[in-house]
Order: sequence, then C-alpha cells, then structure tokens
Amino acid sequence: MTTRWFGERVARREDDRLLRGHGRFTDDVGDGALEACFVRSPYAHARVISIDTTQAKKLPGVHAVYTARDLPFGDRDLPLLIPHPALTNGRTQRCLAGETVRYAGEAVAFVVADSRYLAEDAADLVDVEYEPLPVAWPLEQAAEDPANLAAELTQEAGDVAEALAAAPRRQKLRFRYERGAAAPMEARATWARWDPAEQRLTMYDSTQSPTSIRGGLAVLFGLPETSVEVIAPDVGGGFGPKIMLFYPDELLTPFAAMQLGRPVKWTEDRREHFTAVNQERAQAHEVEVAYDGEGRVTALDVDFIHDAGAYTPYGIILPIITAGQIPGPYRVPNYRVRFRDIYTNATPTSPYRGAGRPHACFVMERTLDAIAKDLGLTRDEVRRRNLIQPDQFPYEVGVGWQDGNRVIYDSGNFPGLLEKALQNLGPRPPGDHVGMGLGMYVEGTGVGPYEGAHVQVLVGGKVIASTALPTQGQAHATVFAQIVADQLGVEPGDVTVTTGDTRRFQWGVGTFASRAAVVAGNAMAVAAGLVAEKAKRIAAEHLEVDEADLELAEGAVRVKGAAHKQMPLAAVAVLSNPVRYAFGGGTEAATQFTPKARPGPPLPEGERPGLEATGYFSPIGSAWASGCHAAWVRVDPQTFRLQILRYVVVHDCGRVINPMVLEGQIQGGVAQGIGGAFYERLAYDAEAQLRNASFMEFLMPYATEVPDVLIDHQETPSPLNPLGVKGAGEAGVIPVGAVIASAVEEALGVPITEMPLSPLRLFELTREPA
Amino acid sequence: MIRVNGVERQLPGDPRTLLSDHLRHNLGLTGTHVGCEHGVCGCCTVLFDGKPVRSCLLFAVQAAGHEVTTIEGLAKPDAPLHPIQQAFHDAHALQCGFCTPGFVLAVKGLLDEHPDPTDEEIEEGISGNLCRCTGYANIRKAVRKAAAAR
Repeated sequence: MTTRWFGERVARREDDRLLRGHGRFTDDVGDGALEACFVRSPYAHARVISIDTTQAKKLPGVHAVYTARDLPFGDRDLPLLIPHPALTNGRTQRCLAGETVRYAGEAVAFVVADSRYLAEDAADLVDVEYEPLPVAWPLEQAAEDPANLAAELTQEAGDVAEALAAAPRRQKLRFRYERGAAAPMEARATWARWDPAEQRLTMYDSTQSPTSIRGGLAVLFGLPETSVEVIAPDVGGGFGPKIMLFYPDELLTPFAAMQLGRPVKWTEDRREHFTAVNQERAQAHEVEVAYDGEGRVTALDVDFIHDAGAYTPYGIILPIITAGQIPGPYRVPNYRVRFRDIYTNATPTSPYRGAGRPHACFVMERTLDAIAKDLGLTRDEVRRRNLIQPDQFPYEVGVGWQDGNRVIYDSGNFPGLLEKALQNLGPRPPGDHVGMGLGMYVEGTGVGPYEGAHVQVLVGGKVIASTALPTQGQAHATVFAQIVADQLGVEPGDVTVTTGDTRRFQWGVGTFASRAAVVAGNAMAVAAGLVAEKAKRIAAEHLEVDEADLELAEGAVRVKGAAHKQMPLAAVAVLSNPVRYAFGGGTEAATQFTPKARPGPPLPEGERPGLEATGYFSPIGSAWASGCHAAWVRVDPQTFRLQILRYVVVHDCGRVINPMVLEGQIQGGVAQGIGGAFYERLAYDAEAQLRNASFMEFLMPYATEVPDVLIDHQETPSPLNPLGVKGAGEAGVIPVGAVIASAVEEALGVPITEMPLSPLRLFELTREPA
Repeated sequence: MIRVNGVERQLPGDPRTLLSDHLRHNLGLTGTHVGCEHGVCGCCTVLFDGKPVRSCLLFAVQAAGHEVTTIEGLAKPDAPLHPIQQAFHDAHALQCGFCTPGFVLAVKGLLDEHPDPTDEEIEEGISGNLCRCTGYANIRKAVRKAAAAR
C-alpha cells in the first residue's frame, strides 16, 4: 500500500455546497410540513394543576395540541441512557410534563399548526395553571438536602490518609466552575414523515446519534427497526448537547406526523435553546494536596459536587470523567476522589465539548500553581517535576473510566509538550499587568463500543463510503475519504462519504468524546482494506498473477514493478458481480458467455457479489491525547478587559490525518474555551431562572475576542488502533480556563479559584480584602 | 414585489412574515440561515441594495421595491465559486457551514467598501457575525486572501 493522503492538507470535500448555500440542514428539509412549537414551563419547580387547550385548538390553522395525557407514552419515564450502580436515585423526565415541572423550560404542551407563526399564536392561548414549589438552587444549597442526592461515588488509589499524614507540606483549596452552554449556531430541529402505505417512519434530526434515535423510536412506536429511518443531515455544530434521548420533539414530531398523516417539523428558536437543551460544567471542588519540599505531589484528595440539573438521563458520566481526569499528565501516587451528583431545578446536564475535563484540568492546574507559589518555584518547574515520563506507559491512574474500563494512558510524551510550548511562547512581552498562563491536559478519546463503515467501488470506478455516526463540521467527508483513498489507491476526490444516515449504514453509536476519527476512521480503514483484498483476489484471477504481487494505485489493481499490467478498479467492480443481463457501464464483461478466468460457479464459494465490504472497529480502551497550552495575557487594570497577547498550543493526538482540519479543530476549541473562561456565564437567579437566555446577554466571543493561536504538533501514535490516531475534537477547550486563570492571577495579583471570569468579577475580586 | 438575486418575486400574504422566513420557506432560498432571530449572530445576513443586513430583523414587506442578494445569488450553480467563497474554501474558513453564508455576504459588503482592508477594518467587518466552530483565525485569513484576489 502506498500511503499518500494520510497526513496531507487535503482541501475539504464538503465546502462547495455549504459555500453556495446548498447545504441541507434539518430546517431546510421538506417544505409543506406542518410546524410545531412548545409551551414550556416558566417555573423552575411547580405542580401542574391544569392545562386548558380549548382556545388554542379553536384557532384556525391549528391541527393539534398535545399534552401528556394525550400521549400513549405520556406517563412513561424516558430512558436512563447510561445506568451505573452508584446512580441510586436516577430520574428521567417525561416527554411532556404532566404533574410536575422541574426546570424552567421543561416542555408542557406541543402545538401543531399550518405554520410556525400560527403555532406560536396558539401556544399563547394554552392556559396552564401552576402551583410553584420550593426551588433546589444554587448547587451548594441543593447539596445540603439529602433528597437531592442522585449518586455518590468514592474511588481511591494508594493510601491517601497515610500519605497526607506523612507529607511535609499540605494545602486545602477550593475551586468552582459555573454552568456554560455549547450554543451551536444551529439550534436543534426535527422533521418527520409517516408513510402509511409502506408503514415507514422517516425522521431528519439534528442529533449526534441517529442510530440511537432510530432504535428508541422503533421501541416506542412498536415498529421494526428496519421501518424507521433517521437521518442527521448537515448539522450546524453539535459540541455534545445534541446527543440525548429523547428531547421531547424527537418523539413528538414523529408522533404527530403519524397521527395527522402529514409531515411535521419543529425548529428550536434561540431563546428556548438556552433553557431546553442540556448544559454543563457547574461543579464545586474541595481539594487537599500533599507534596514534598521539591513540589512533588504525594497525595491528592478531591471532594466535589456536580450540578446534574433536574434529571439524570445521561447518568453520572460527567463526574466520572472529572474524577478520572483530575490527575491529568501528572504522577499522583495516592489519589482519592469522591463526588456527589446533585439534583437542582435547572436544565439537565450532559456532555458539552470537554465534558467534565475543563473543570478537572482547572482543579489540577490551579493546585500545581498553588504549590509553585508556596515553594517559590516557577509554574513550569513544578509541572516538570510531576510529569509522567515517556517510559512510564502504559500508565494506570487507579480509578475508573467512562467506558467501564480503568483509566490507562496508552502513550504520550508530556515533557516534550511542555518544553515545546514554553519555547513557542517566547519571552515575556513588555508592559504592566501581563501574566503568563500555563495548562496541561490529557484527554481520553475514542471511546467504544464500536463504529462501522461500508465501502463500495461502483462500476464506474468511483467509491462510496458510509458510516453511521453523523457530522457537525468535523470534515468527516474529507478525512474518511483520505483514509479510504489510501487503501484503494484512488484520490480523496473519488470517494464520496455519507455519515449519519441509517438508510446507508445502520450499525453504530454516535459522534461524541472525540471519537469519530479514532473509531469510525479505523472502521473505514478496515472496510476499505477488505475491499482492496477483494479487488486483488478478483484481479489476480484475470491477470493470472499471484495476489501478493498486486497493489492498488492510480485507480487500478496493478502488478508491482510492472504497472502496465493492470486492471482499472471499475473493471474489477464489474467482474465482482456476475450478471445475466448487462446494464451498461461495461457490465457486459460480467455476463455468462464472456471467457471465464477460472472454473467453478460464477460467484466463488463464500464470496459475495460487489466490490464492497463492511468493516468494524471496536477499541479495547481509550486513546489518550495530550497537550500543553501557554499564553501571555494582559488585563487592563481600569476596565479589566482581557487582551490575549500570544496563545500557543502544542498538541499530541497521535498520527495526524489532516493537519489543516486538526488545526481548525484546535483554533475553534480554544475560541470556545476563551468564551467559557471569560465571557459566557449562564446567569441563573435565586429562583433558578436563567436571566441571560439570548446572544445579547450570553456573550459569545466574536472575532475581536479571539487571537490567532500558534499551533504545533507532537505525534505519539496510539498503540491501540491500526491508524495510530487519537481524538482531537475537544482538546482546544480543555485547559483554557486554567490558562486564563493562571495568567490573570499573575497579571492582577489576585487569587483566581473560579470560572468563568468577567471584567465585573475581576473588578470585584481586586476589591475584596485579601 | 421584491427583486431577489435579480428576479422579481412575490411578497408574502401575511405582513408579519420575516424576510428571513420569506426567503427560506416561501422562495426556497434556504442558504440564508437563522441562528438567533434577534439580530446578534449574523447567520441570516443578506445584501439589501448591496449592503449587508440581518434578514431576521426585517419584515419581508419592508423589502418591497428593493434588491436582495442571498448566498445563492453570489455564484450561479454551475459557475465557479465567487472569489470570496473560494477564499473561504482555500483558507479552511468554515467547518459546519451554518454561519458561512452570513459571513461570506458580510465580507462582500466589507470588501465592496474597503477593497484593500486593514486588519482593523477586517476585524470590524466580521465582528457582527458569530462562528462557533472555526475560532475566526481562518476567516480573517480568508478575507485577506479574497482582498488579494480582487
């Protein structure tokens, strides 16, 4: 095999139609559908006394108004997606709240009308009477009531009590992270059609897991899975929260389509996106760290509470990830972590880009900065002394991981990252109120269970490839094409990739946890490799050579060292499918009266027709990416405006498929991290009402807030998959909070123990008595 | 009537129809995207008599007698990409592509006014559009490339 495209800056295959406005997002699908909107609870916690839909139903153009009691599944709790023995008090919501609402924004009724305009008019006429109940909020207060405890888990590696007692130096620290929002530019949307003649349900959904949605709909509606098709078309950013089962619309648009015999669609508006879509990141941590006089950590004891929100559909994955990731790239010989997952009356939580890691990283990096300060060490030196060394892999941290395995780092070179980052950061810029930020991280990527791929060479010689996981901007159509092209000796432009369409590939899991390149990428390589083998088998018969002497290159199967002796892939594709009736495209070569290459049945025993194959990849464990971010930051002492003078990233995600795409992921991740560190705070009031549910007040960074990041790579291949790749999607976000905190602390000389910051918060902190 | 991409089109019957909804759902021009419907994100940017505006903040009837250009009007389907679109492709200035039509049209407005923009003018010209994927660095690069290509 001649590897040509892996590692190249191949231009994106998906750009042309997106640039022309020919993308196909869910709200672009199927004009003529009825349109829906929700009635949502204005209260964070209340009893629903009555719902009167009479007036709404009378409005001309309204087709239906559904409440919980109108649904055959209305009294059913939705699935708990990831059960865990420690989740002793799990709770999931119902499609529509019938008796109790537990967060402001929870859906109460669903209105279907000729247009969205009419649906919203009708929603205003739905009269809901509530009896407000006491609100569990904020997190720390909610944690005091045992009734709000969803789960508790303690893990320990080594003997923390003994190490703490024996340590020459100890510190107790507290760190807090507030909620943030993924806020993709496209909010959520669903469109469904029921075909009564074929008994077939088709749904377009901006989901990150169409296969799971399909399975769930089949179960709920009692349909064979083969009669349910779920397609995630172009999706305008996901970042985590678009993977959930179920957001209520994912049941109600298909339900209404089946009931009303018309396609139905629902498109979320931005305001409801702020309260109806899962959020993340609120955690409060208490830390005790023990270390020797050289700054080497001997024990770490972390106790934290996690804000689950009103329900726990996603189980306890988030605090499990935090618990697993706190030690990061550092040796922590004795580590104990306890968490309590706490219900609050706010929007439920589930992973948002970084998923438990930005807070984990913040805790560890701030702790190391505190050790450096105590001992008068530089921040890089204290890290240098604690880093896991390149000869210590595989390295076991001693606690559990989100895939049910243990946290075991497969490979890495952490000191290399640190030194390269410091070198790229360069000298301190001149001026006052400048601080250096430094943060290192590891990221368990590419979790299982598996993904699959189907690759087929068409009779024209072009290649199609498909996988079940969907795309929200990660350039899968390009990077998967590169992987397939290398195996088949074609160009990426010859490979058309389809993702997230159960009609094309029905087995798979979804796009999350920086896993697509690792899991689906390797599945693509497996499938394309099987196709290549098959092409050689067929060509070997016709060229009368040994398979081992053949290679795939330049769109043909050819004899190594004698390239003129070859067969185009198109011809091989034709011969792979013996036909009785030629249908053009050269297929007459595969009919019965053409000379045969070998005796026996036209289709050899055990062989399948078509130059195609399906392949799967199921990792035995996560591939651990790692990196180091460093920055020079200036804080204006009057306005507390943040100026990022220089921001460098050194990133190690194993072998790089496409550096251009990777750098795009990192630059975008850093931008999202900067937003989460300094601008974006979900501001809830004492009644758990979100007070800034708009882009006017939830301040996402524009170009003016985000610098050009200097990105550098280190490549430590993963031994856990054939391509040697690790995930890269979340890396840009993870350490940014820690980096900004470290820099601001130095720039202003005030301790930073919380995220996110803001000019106002810095003003307050500089005025608090020390 | 309004002129959309050089063609006379009907106005909607319902006067409260937003220009963005009219373009998308009545005229089938779904390249204009709706990201916030309160005028902050810039995804719905179109050219209104040649100037970038947010189509979610206008009623369609307000466009009567005016010329609207959407992303579909920038390069004909079979023609090569417009130089700004080409620069976005070359600089990898888009990921999910949802904000992209708005950015491209905002940049069109910027370069029509400042054919050779300074870094500050570029920053100003794109600072009314949100992108959640790219982190803007490659969008800045694309604007410079597009300006150089003119």
